[in-house]
Amino acid sequence: EFRRFSLERSKPGKFEEFYGLLQHVHKIPNVDVLVGYTDIHGDLLPINNDDNYHKAVSTANPLLRIFIQRKEDADYSAFGTDTMTRKKNVLSNVLRPDNHKKKPHIVISMPQDFRPVSSIIDVDILPETHRRVRLYKYGTDKPLGFYIRDGSSVRVTPHGLEKVPGIFISRLVPGGLAQSTGLLAVNDEVLEVNGIEVSGKSLDQVTDMMIANSRNLIITVRPANQRNNVVRNSRTSGSSGQSTESSLPSSTPNILANFLQGEDESDEEDIIIEDSGEPQQIPKAAPPSESLESLTQIELLHESTQNGFLPSGEMDLNHSAGSISMEYEIQDPDHKSLEEDGTIITL
Amino acid sequence: MRRFLRPGHDPVRERLKRDLFQFNKTVEHGFPHQPSALGYSPFLRLMAIGTRSGAIKLYGAPGVEFMGLHEENNTVMQIHFIPDQCQLVTLLDDNSLHLWSLKQHSGASELREEHRFTLKGPPGSPPSATQITAVLPHSSREVLYLGTESGNIFVVELPSFRVLEDRTITSEAVLQRVPEDYCNRRSCELVEALREHPKNPDQILIGYSRGLIVLWDLQNNKVTHHFLGSQQLENLYWQRDGSKFISCHYDGSYTQWPVSSDNRQPEPLENLVPYGPFPCKAISKIYWQTTKNGLPYIIFQGGMPRASYGDRHSISVVHGSQQTAFDFTSRVIDFFIIFSSEPTAEFDDPSAMVVLAEEELVVIDLKTAGWPAVHPPYLASLHCSAITCSHHVSNIPLKLWERIISAGSKQNIHYSNMPWPIDGGSNIAPDPPQRDLLLTGHEDGTVRFWDASGVCLHLLYKLSTVRVFLTDADPNDNMNTLGEDEWPPLRKVGTFDPYSDDPRLGIQKIYLCKYSGYLAVAGTAGQVLVMELNDEDAEHVVDHAEADLLQDQEGYRWKGHEKLKTRDGPVRFEAGFQPFVLVQCQPPAVVTSLALHSEWKLVAFGTSHGFGLFDHQQKRLVFVKCTLHPSDQLALEGPLSRVKSLKKSLRQSFRRIRRSRVSSRKRRGGSGNAAEVQEANAKFDQDALQEMELAPVQRKIEARSAEDSFTGFVRTLYFADTFLRDSSRHCPSLWAGTNGGTVYAFCLRVPPAERRMDEPVRAEQAKEIQLMHRAPVVGILVLDGRSTPLPEPLEVAHDLSKSPDMQGSHQLLVVSEEQFKVFTLPKVSSKLKLKLTALEGCRVRKVTVANFGSCKTDDYSENDLAVLTNLGDIQIISLPFLKLQIRYPCIRKEDVSGIASCVFTKYGQGFYLISPSEFERFSLSTKWLVEPRCVVDMPEVTSNNHVHKTGMENAVRKS
Repeated sequence: EFRRFSLERSKPGKFEEFYGLLQHVHKIPNVDVLVGYTDIHGDLLPINNDDNYHKAVSTANPLLRIFIQRKEDADYSAFGTDTMTRKKNVLSNVLRPDNHKKKPHIVISMPQDFRPVSSIIDVDILPETHRRVRLYKYGTDKPLGFYIRDGSSVRVTPHGLEKVPGIFISRLVPGGLAQSTGLLAVNDEVLEVNGIEVSGKSLDQVTDMMIANSRNLIITVRPANQRNNVVRNSRTSGSSGQSTESSLPSSTPNILANFLQGEDESDEEDIIIEDSGEPQQIPKAAPPSESLESLTQIELLHESTQNGFLPSGEMDLNHSAGSISMEYEIQDPDHKSLEEDGTIITL
Repeated sequence: MRRFLRPGHDPVRERLKRDLFQFNKTVEHGFPHQPSALGYSPFLRLMAIGTRSGAIKLYGAPGVEFMGLHEENNTVMQIHFIPDQCQLVTLLDDNSLHLWSLKQHSGASELREEHRFTLKGPPGSPPSATQITAVLPHSSREVLYLGTESGNIFVVELPSFRVLEDRTITSEAVLQRVPEDYCNRRSCELVEALREHPKNPDQILIGYSRGLIVLWDLQNNKVTHHFLGSQQLENLYWQRDGSKFISCHYDGSYTQWPVSSDNRQPEPLENLVPYGPFPCKAISKIYWQTTKNGLPYIIFQGGMPRASYGDRHSISVVHGSQQTAFDFTSRVIDFFIIFSSEPTAEFDDPSAMVVLAEEELVVIDLKTAGWPAVHPPYLASLHCSAITCSHHVSNIPLKLWERIISAGSKQNIHYSNMPWPIDGGSNIAPDPPQRDLLLTGHEDGTVRFWDASGVCLHLLYKLSTVRVFLTDADPNDNMNTLGEDEWPPLRKVGTFDPYSDDPRLGIQKIYLCKYSGYLAVAGTAGQVLVMELNDEDAEHVVDHAEADLLQDQEGYRWKGHEKLKTRDGPVRFEAGFQPFVLVQCQPPAVVTSLALHSEWKLVAFGTSHGFGLFDHQQKRLVFVKCTLHPSDQLALEGPLSRVKSLKKSLRQSFRRIRRSRVSSRKRRGGSGNAAEVQEANAKFDQDALQEMELAPVQRKIEARSAEDSFTGFVRTLYFADTFLRDSSRHCPSLWAGTNGGTVYAFCLRVPPAERRMDEPVRAEQAKEIQLMHRAPVVGILVLDGRSTPLPEPLEVAHDLSKSPDMQGSHQLLVVSEEQFKVFTLPKVSSKLKLKLTALEGCRVRKVTVANFGSCKTDDYSENDLAVLTNLGDIQIISLPFLKLQIRYPCIRKEDVSGIASCVFTKYGQGFYLISPSEFERFSLSTKWLVEPRCVVDMPEVTSNNHVHKTGMENAVRKS
């Protein structure tokens, strides 16, 4: 079903109100729905709070196409990059449902459930040939899922090129955290673990360090594939051939600061059960100021949990005057025959 | 890590650290691993032992010991003391000679290598031309005679090792006047033995391997006598007056030859095969010792009938009608006889025989009837049964010390009372500051009590737990039950017996309370014994209880070993520690932790399934707690079965190699045996390597989870009187830490002494802490209001410790393999922590509280944590602020068994095994240091005549 109505672009109001309006327009006051829109890249993005609602309104050019799905039938996979191009396929799939089965969609959760699983950090201070990857293990049952091995790498030293022993990623477990981030690959050389250089350390030592840091693991690697490096500044060429580093940049305090801040409190929250009661997290005792001063450096800093929302900053904002037209589709429970996979939107 | 500490860098503290901490490896206790050569100087009364790894160790009077290490790490083949000098020469298997000397330096003697030398032949000559087979240091002290494989004898000057070419004794020169038919058959023979004439230093006896023996005149450079032996020669020995010598042979015979000026080619006086008539093994070394009463002692190694006793390692002593073949459990490396070295003495009058076997040193008293063994004050065979655990107790009260010694002396009645015959040098080290005990648990169910106070690790008392159990082995089974008429008259000597009858008897944990004399011992099959010291023999029933650690869990099947069967009825125990309580864990898994509280009369024990508390006063089980994760199948099934089978197969491989070593014992050309062994070893290594290469060397990176195996494994147990529930009342408590990073705390109610037997001990779980990093908990400690660790039970009662501060708030220190964490009590909140693994990649293997005293002032001491990591580093970490003080590399990280065996003492020393038979002692403290400090003075040379005896004594090493 289609509905078309207009909104004041300069005063979009609150998401709650907008949501109410949608329910009203569709006469489905008691049905929970998911709201999405297509941005200028053709990606289907969710509208579920004031921020993305305002964003959506501001990107309308001039039409804002809204898609509405019943929550219980919702196809979360519809959201994300390339969703519109995929949707075209989806539409064709509607026509040829057997074709569609070959490609099951990856199910991802709703944005409000999002939390970071990995990130590339310290891009500004690292050589382009390096990548510092942070894996967030907490809150997920997914295994870290990778293996490391001994190997040798070539380094530039004052005596010319030298072969030195190194630690490499030897295997990624399918479905593991490491593989699913796509930021680590087999044969990447591990240079640091949580800010500590691994050179001179044995495979077992590095294994122990990684496991000890497993709740918030930060690995600096030199990717085996140098073509996907982050390109900085005005340098446009891919830095694939540049393996000039012989040591890490002297930005160690920075690195450590980062690593320290990055230490999430959940790593440290041991659990206590008193008198067979309920498990509780162990609070931190206030340090008796002076005597412990130097310990704050050992004691790791607490940082509030990062708000892990979907990064959307790369969008171009095209403001256009006038009213916003909206197109939206809503799934009709009556059209079951066309909803085999629950991914289909009726026309 | 270091970066963090630098800002807090405090010069005062740094200075104090220098006064407190210092790392030294001080002395090696026990028996050298793989000994390969023996030497003795009757002049210095010092014994030298060389090893396969190139170490050389000198021993004299108790406390007098020196150690040297050849840079090459090659096997020491022969050791010869230079007559009347503080010098010795070693021959390595790379054919190099090394001159060592004992020199005094700032009041104490030191062993140093002075020179090295390799004999070189003319260009193009085969290596055998200069391969040294026999060494004779001449009594003139100026030259060494070097017999070689080619039959030539080279002469080198000392100490420069300059070859005196014009004095070389070539085989051609020797063979000149040998009867033609004899010499044609036997050219090119290697020199088997060189012996200087006991009365005339200008004559040396040369024995060639094919049987020819000549007496060579050094003045005239010619042969004076030919002795045409028909059997392959093994060794030679002069009689004291130089009128006769004796030769021993490959066929198990020995021959006496007369030496007189009238017969230049005498016939043998006597030729005897002592264990004939059937074919016999070689006699590789022989002594002929004269006595006042006229009957000589003939002492020889080997010669056993080949078919029936070819596998025995024996040394026979024949004195008139008395004959005993001492039977050793390991291969005999070499032996020597201690006899009168007084030049004026007319007879040898041997007093003792010193035998270096591969696994132990045995000394036989030849003066006392029955030839009893002498109890050595050092070189103890720590591994007579494999060491499975060790426990150190510092500062033993005198009373307990005396009682243990008295119990031990009752066990040692079969030893000779002879004073230790090797008594050279003098010990100038200060008396040990305190009485320390090192207890070692062994695979055969025994616990040995060692006097670890000083340089000589000395066995005080041996406790066996076997009597409590019914085992397959009959305790009366004795190897020595040979009748009077048995032939050969074998007598088993020594204590080395590596084969355990029942591995379940193995001791895994020991806890001794030095104040009460209570001892708790726990073993491989879940057995926990509590014992009490009794000065008399006693017969009593051991109370028996079972602790079912799987209480709530059902449907599990234990696939490991069965529990040990106990003896019914009263059991007779000898004086010493006598068990009165036996608790058997069910399933009978190995006991992994043990704690004893002698004041509360409680013993706690843990396995991979859980832990329990037993009241040994009322003889009642107080509670058990299952720590097993329901999904942990591995822990249930007897986890170690797979590991064990690997161990077994390894052991078999080693046994195979050992057998091949024994069978290839016959030395040809000096290095044949070693080469074969090396080959066998290399092959074994290669096989092992290939096996390793099959497995890809990669490591899985995964966070620990609750579902991991063996999370329930109880790693540590700890009793503390502290504030568990509220800050106003303290109470006894029991703490347990598991492999999965869980800490359990139980509140205990122990009835007051007057109602101790009437009311039961009660326990209630008060806390359970789960460390999020889930690393194994290896240590738990409560610090009192002054941040001092709580004292040991009864320590305060004996006025040896200040009573703990119960006013200020207590703190809990939990040490996991990865982190140190301090929590407040009674409300558990985390106070501070030190991460080790996350920052350094090492894990905690051992941790102890140690007290460090300042070497500058007597009134300062502090408590710190001494930590050994899996990389073999030792770190000292301050209490209570957990700051790294200092770090020392101590053990190679590849030496896993060394790291596993490490024990710390309460005063900053420690021990770890450097081989199955040797403890290395180290010290972290500037104040408590036990190291050898001794002087060897040159005894005065009484007369020139004297030199004959000593030169004679430097026997060429055989076998």
